[in-house]
Order: sequence, then structure tokens, then C-alpha cells
Amino acid sequence: MPAAQRSLIRPRIHHRDIRERLVEAFLFVCAASAVAVTTAIVVVLVYESAGFFERVSIVEFLTDTMWTPLFAEARYGILPLLCGTLLAAGVALVVAVPLGLTVALYLSEFAPVKVRESVKPFLELLEGVPTVVYGYFALLFVTPLLQSVIPDLPGFNVLSPGIVIGIMIVPYVGSVSEDAMRAVPNALREASYACGATRLQTTLRVVMPAAASGIAAAFVLGIARATGETMVVAIAAGQQPNLTLDPTEPAATITAYIVQVALGDLPHGSIGYQSIFAAGLVLLLITLLFNILAHLLRMRFREAY
Amino acid sequence: MKFALFGGAAAGALFASHVALAAPEVKIDGSSTVYPVTEAVAEEFQKAKKGAVRVTVGISGTGGGFKKFCRGETDISNASRPILAQEMEACKQAGIDYIELPVAFDALAVVVHPQNNWAEVMTVEELKKIWEPAAQGKITNWKQVRPDWPDAKLSLYGAGADSGTFDYFTEAVVGKAKSSRGDYTASEDDNILVQGVSGDKFALGYFGFAYVHENPGKVKTVKIVNPKTGKPVEPSMENVINGSYQPLSRPLFIYVNRKAAERPEVAEFVEFYLANGATLAREVGYTPLPDAAYKAAWARFQERKTGTVFGGIPEVGVQIMELLERELKS
Amino acid sequence: MASISPSIAVEPTISGVTEIRSNVARRRRWDIVFAVVGFLATSVGVVTLLTLFVDLLMDGYHRLTPDFFLSFPSRRAAEAGILSAWVGTCLVMIVTAAIGVPVAVSAGIYLEEYAPRNWVTMLIEINVSNLAAVPSIVYGLLALGLFVYALGFGQSILSGGLTLALMIMPVVVVATREAVRAVPHTIREAAYAVGATRWQVTRDHVLPYSIPGIATGVIIGLARAIGETAPLITIGALTFIAYLPNAPITTTPPFVNFDWLWSGFTVLPIQMFNWVSRPGTAFHANAAAAGIVIVVLTLAMNGFAIYLRYRLRKRITW
Repeated sequence: MPAAQRSLIRPRIHHRDIRERLVEAFLFVCAASAVAVTTAIVVVLVYESAGFFERVSIVEFLTDTMWTPLFAEARYGILPLLCGTLLAAGVALVVAVPLGLTVALYLSEFAPVKVRESVKPFLELLEGVPTVVYGYFALLFVTPLLQSVIPDLPGFNVLSPGIVIGIMIVPYVGSVSEDAMRAVPNALREASYACGATRLQTTLRVVMPAAASGIAAAFVLGIARATGETMVVAIAAGQQPNLTLDPTEPAATITAYIVQVALGDLPHGSIGYQSIFAAGLVLLLITLLFNILAHLLRMRFREAY
Repeated sequence: MKFALFGGAAAGALFASHVALAAPEVKIDGSSTVYPVTEAVAEEFQKAKKGAVRVTVGISGTGGGFKKFCRGETDISNASRPILAQEMEACKQAGIDYIELPVAFDALAVVVHPQNNWAEVMTVEELKKIWEPAAQGKITNWKQVRPDWPDAKLSLYGAGADSGTFDYFTEAVVGKAKSSRGDYTASEDDNILVQGVSGDKFALGYFGFAYVHENPGKVKTVKIVNPKTGKPVEPSMENVINGSYQPLSRPLFIYVNRKAAERPEVAEFVEFYLANGATLAREVGYTPLPDAAYKAAWARFQERKTGTVFGGIPEVGVQIMELLERELKS
Repeated sequence: MASISPSIAVEPTISGVTEIRSNVARRRRWDIVFAVVGFLATSVGVVTLLTLFVDLLMDGYHRLTPDFFLSFPSRRAAEAGILSAWVGTCLVMIVTAAIGVPVAVSAGIYLEEYAPRNWVTMLIEINVSNLAAVPSIVYGLLALGLFVYALGFGQSILSGGLTLALMIMPVVVVATREAVRAVPHTIREAAYAVGATRWQVTRDHVLPYSIPGIATGVIIGLARAIGETAPLITIGALTFIAYLPNAPITTTPPFVNFDWLWSGFTVLPIQMFNWVSRPGTAFHANAAAAGIVIVVLTLAMNGFAIYLRYRLRKRITW
């Protein structure tokens, strides 16, 4: 190619190269922002919690049984909040696990295609309803309903939001379980049918055990979702930190505490302000723990095939 | 290329406009007891100004409100108790002068569930037995307070620790401000307390009378035995005016940042407050001050007279007339 | 010849056959029982949803007047409205979409088209899935510490929009990745074959085909963001706000301004939360009405997204 023509081509390629590099750099930065966000979350939580732990010992934080950071005799034990969080999640699980599992089993093994196609969108919608609306429902519909069944049930209790959260996460627990069950090879099912087993026997004795770790992962993810839930408990569980295992009493979860304090809007740098970050750090650690557990369970499950 | 230029221009405008025009704003925060009055005033004021001025009202509690006020973050602080010594100190250090203006009187009500038919009258000693720090974990049953009361769980609802109501109640009942048991449902937001008590048959709670007034039939007030006369008195406007509802009658205040008062919107708001405070206070259920008190407060504001007539130490049982005298004297 | 029956006896005696038949019949009955139980369990979810809607409608329908949409919140329940709330929601959503969507879509494109298989990519992917698991209130704490105080944006629409943008990032990234992945390689290869660069392939060939899928993910993400309460409460969205931020477009120069970004705000879910927290039944009616608005909005968006996904699957002909 003559030199003159080569020099006409080269500048355009050069310009394009720069643009390609810039585009790739921009896209990379956007992708890397995920790492930046995680880092930022950890940094902010740890930084503010560090300020908190300068004034409160970790031992006291983890073992004291009262949480009254704003009183004259301030106490900083996270146990009541932790207890409230786990209690609410526990009630939610008692509801979500049997329900979610049954729904998943039914939809993946039993239901005719028409039923499955029309029901699944409904369940997806269940997940899409904003949590504040669920909170309204828990306080103003479920609680009075429960009060007619359980006399003397206080207006604020853990049972009502727990049940509502449970129903709320049924689609989530259900769909993760269903994925696990669908991954069980059909050969196993067919072998079971060939031995003369009924559909229920196949489901219970072949599919479920095979999908066991996936289903366990679903439960654990359900707990993680329930512990992170905020609005339903903030509206319907009352805001009294209470070290109790009785769901008919009011209790405060870690998330409800953070909301309560944020509504009051504490000044930057005060110990009350820092306490929400310490509480948030605990919450994050718990949630991450559950998610890692679920991940490990899923990994184990994937390896079996 | 074009996109980048446009983006750059947009970003520049973004940050430049931050400095530019902003509608005049009055920032208020503090007591949730005083909140209903201030909210009413703010609403009427904004209507009267046809939206030319913005008023925001938060409910951080009296203590929380003062913390912000003494950092210059708010223009006016709602308070259900006078400013305390350490808050005065904080304001002084930040160079903030405040104008103390009483706006209404509150009957701090002790309430129970409407179906509670045993706790009609209570004494201050009984309240102390229930609420003092030593009662934590121990006094959990109605029977323990008075033997002929039912053997049932005592559910408690009260103000949170940032609340002036909390400070006043503990001072009046327990004898020391901020000294209270911790195992009760605490909230700076009195609405939550109303909801709690109205939903729980064995509940006992306390909050500003406006919230009783606003929610007729949801809670029932308890008559408190006046320690001086020995007669049970129920919280009501008349009993506050005639001074018989003690020790739980208390004045409500707004504290205005003196420098903020130089802004026309703030000054207009405060004047509107004092002019309409009586009607609006009555509307939300508080006891309006006598006209003379509002006039005294107006004069105080016009002179921009700073400082408090209360000396910064918690005081219980101030009566309306006494308050008036102090304001006029200072 | 002995029958190949795996269960019991060897000899097909009369009693043996009956036993087998009754055994199978019994087990089949359990099958039917479980089918019924399963159906009931599934209906619990559907019934709950319907009960919730009916409850909201019954409580709040009568409040849905034009006045409701055009009035500010008020201490008088009958006069209260959601003007500041829905305007706030719109403005926050504008910021969320303007910042969150480009960043998340770009991230998704990078991960699918550009990322090499190394530890950096794996780190990014792990982080994206981690962020999906973080509770929404922790995002609020992050925003409080970082946007409101450290960066000084204050308790403004800007902070709120940024918070929600971060929150919907995982959802949109996953949707983008799936949409991009669905484009067959043959299209890319054909483009490369005629000398296109990677960005040209992505921009002119891959993206147009994946836009419906991406749009679905974006709409679902935004629908989630509209319903979010906790993070915005944490950064201090006000619960009593009786004014509107400055309009972005005015009749005086400089015709477009960004003032509103720094304004205090409230959004629909927070307004609903505020009204639910008030003990009066009249305010509960307002809360229900606000709830109807939110639910209709989110369901409409979700429904539209599902419809888009359905249309997309039908239209693609590779």
C-alpha cells in the first residue's frame, strides 16, 4: 500500500483505539463500583462502630441484657435487640418453611401446567408489594385477627409481624427450593416411578433428599431475608427492647431500633448516633454469615451431580 | 464527545446551583409534645404565606432538639421543659443566644386502656413505685402496686429518653430527672404510645394531653391525687388553669435562636405563633395561656430578650400564674 | 414365570394381589391428599395478597379524591394529601434512574462482554451478589455516614436518590447480564468478521437486542426502589413536609436549575408509614389510600416488566 494511503488510515484507527480504551475503562469503573460500595459499607460501619466501642466495651456490648443507650443510666447490651431479631425471624421461618416447601413441592412435582403458569406470577407479585404496606397489614388486620383468637394479646407483638414476614418470603423460599428440586435429574424420578412409587413417595423419598442441601440453602436464605426486614417489625412489633422468647410480647429488632433512632435524628458523633452503626454492623455480620452458609450448602449440593 | 461535554456542563451547573436561590426556610425540631401545636401553626402559616416560606418540623424529642439547636442546625426548638444547665452551657459555647417563649400549658396525662376499670385514681407514690429504676424487672404485676388490683401483667409505655416529657415525668414522679426503669416501650413519638396503650388491656402509659384529646375513646385518663390537697384530679384544661392538676401540669415552650430571629421569615413565624397560639393550642387539646402571658411573650420577643427564667435546673409544679409573673418580672 | 414385582410376595396369590392393590390405592390416596394440601398452601399466598388488597381498598378507597393527590399532609386527617410525597417520589426516582441505571447497565455489560477470567472479575462478581444480600437499612446507614455527612450532601433528594441507586444495582446488573448473554455469539462474530471493534459490536449489535431485557430489569429495580422506606428514613427524609422543592424548570433564567437536589423531601412509603403510626382511624384511612397508590404503582410497573419479558420472548427470532 502506498505510504500516502497508509497515513490516511492510521489516524482513524488511532482515534478509535483511544475511544475503545476509554469505553472499557469507564465500563470497568462502573463494574468496580460494586467493590467500592461494599468497601464503603464496611468502612462506614466499622469507622462509626469504632467510635462507639471506644466508649463501650465489647464484652458489655455482647453480654449485657439491657439496651437503653439514651437513658441517664445507659446500658448497651445488644442481646435484647438480637433476641428480637431472631425471634421475629424464627416466627417467620415457622410459617415460611412448611408453607414455602409445600408450595415448591406442589408446583414443581404436582401441579398441572396451567395452575403453575397462573399461580407463579401471583407469587412474584407477593414479593413485589412494598414492605411498608405489609406493615400496615400486620398492624391493622393481622393483629386484631390474632387478638380475637388469643385474648390479652398486646397490640404490639412479634407474632403478627412474624407471620406476615413469613408469608412475604414464601415466594423467595419457594423459588430457591424449586430451583433445587428442578435440578434433580429426571432419571432419578423415573427410576422411582418405575419401582411403582406414587408421586408423593417419589417427591418425599427421592426428590427431596436429593435436593436437600439446596432446600436447606433456601431456609437459610429465608432467615437472612427475615433478619434484614425492617418496616414490618418497626410498625407492628412495638419498639421496646425486650429480652424474651415469647412472641406474644412486644420486642424491638435491630432494624426497628435503627429506624427509631433515625426518626429522632441524633446529632452526628453522639453515642446514640454511633450505636446505630454498631447495631448495623452486627446485623450485617449476621446476614453475611447466613448467606455464606447458604452458599456453602448450595456448593455442596451442586457437587453431588 | 458531545455527551461528555454535556455531562460536564450538567455537573458544573449541579454544584453551582447549590449556592444559588433557595426559598426561605424555618427549621424547627424538638419535643413531640409541643409538636401538635407547632405543626398546626406551621400549617396555617404556610397557608397564609401561600407557600412562599417553608417550615419543617421534626420530632427528635426535647433533648434531641436542644442538641441540634445548640449547634445552630435549627432556628426554633420545641421544648416540653425549660432548658437545662448543660444545654445552656452548650449554647453558650456555640455562641447561640436563645429567646425563651412559653406557648401553652400541658396536662401530662397518665393513661390506661379504656376497659381498665380498676385504676381510676392513682397517687404519685404509686407511680413512683412503678417507674423508679429499682422497679426494673421487679414490679411487673398490677397486684404488686395495689393489692386489690388484678393479678395481671403490667405493660408500660412511656416517653423515650430524649423527650422532655420523660425528663418532666421522672422529675415529678421519681424525684430525679432521667431516672427511670428501662424495661418499657419507650418512644419519642407519642403516637406510638397511644397505639400501644389502646391495644393492650393491661397497659399503663404517660404522654402529653393533646394526644388524649386527639384520640378520644382510645385511652382513658387516670385521676392523680394532688399531693397538696389530697384530692384526685383528672387532667383537663380547667384543672390546669385552676392549678389543681398537680404535679403533672407543665408549661410548653419554644426557644428561638436570636440570630435567626433577625431573618424576616423567622420573626414573622414567631409572631404568627404567639398571635394564634391560644386558638391552635386549644384546638389540639392543650391549655392556652392567659392573654397577658402571650402579650408578655410578644414583648419579650420584640425586645429579643434572651435567657431563661428557670435557671436551668429541673422544676416541677410551676403554675400558670407563677409562670406569668416570672415572665413579666424578667 | 414369576412376575417381576419389586414389592412383596413371589407368588401372585389372590390375597397377595389384593394386598398390593390396596397398598397402591392407599398411597395414591395420600397423593391426592397432598395435591389438595399443596394447592391450599399455594392459595394461602394468593388469598393473603387478595385480602391485603381488599383491606386496603376498603379502608382507603374513599380517600382517593383529586384533592388527596394535590394536598399537602395536614394535622387534620380529612385535609391531608400526598402532594409532597408523590412529587418527592418522582424526583428521587429521577436521580435513582439517572445515576443507578447507567452505572449498573455499564457494569453488566463490562462483566459480560469485556471482563477477562481473572481474580478481579471474580471479586467484582462476588461483590455484586453480596450486595444483593445486604439488608436495605444497611444501605441507609452507608448513605447516612457517607452521603449525608462525609460528602456533605445533607438530607436531600440527592442523597436519597444515590442510596436507592446503589440498592437497585445488583438487580439491574443481573438483568443486564442475562439479557446480554442471551444474544447469540453468531451475531457478535459476524460483526467482528467485518472489522468492528468491541465497543462497536456491543453498541450496535448486542445492546439493541438486549434492551428489552435490560428494560425489564430496570423497571423491576425501580419498582423495588419506589417501595423502599427504611434507607430513606435512615438518611432523614422528613415525615412532615408541607412544601415542594423548587421546580427544576422555571420561567426565569437560568430556566433549568438543580436546586431541588438539595431539598429536604419525603416519599410515598414514608408518608404512609407516618400515617400508620398515628393512632387515629382517620389517619389510617389516609395510610390505606397512600398504600393503594403505592401498590398500584409498583404492581403496574412489575406487571409491565413481566409483560415486556413475555413480548420479548415472542419477538426474538435469531
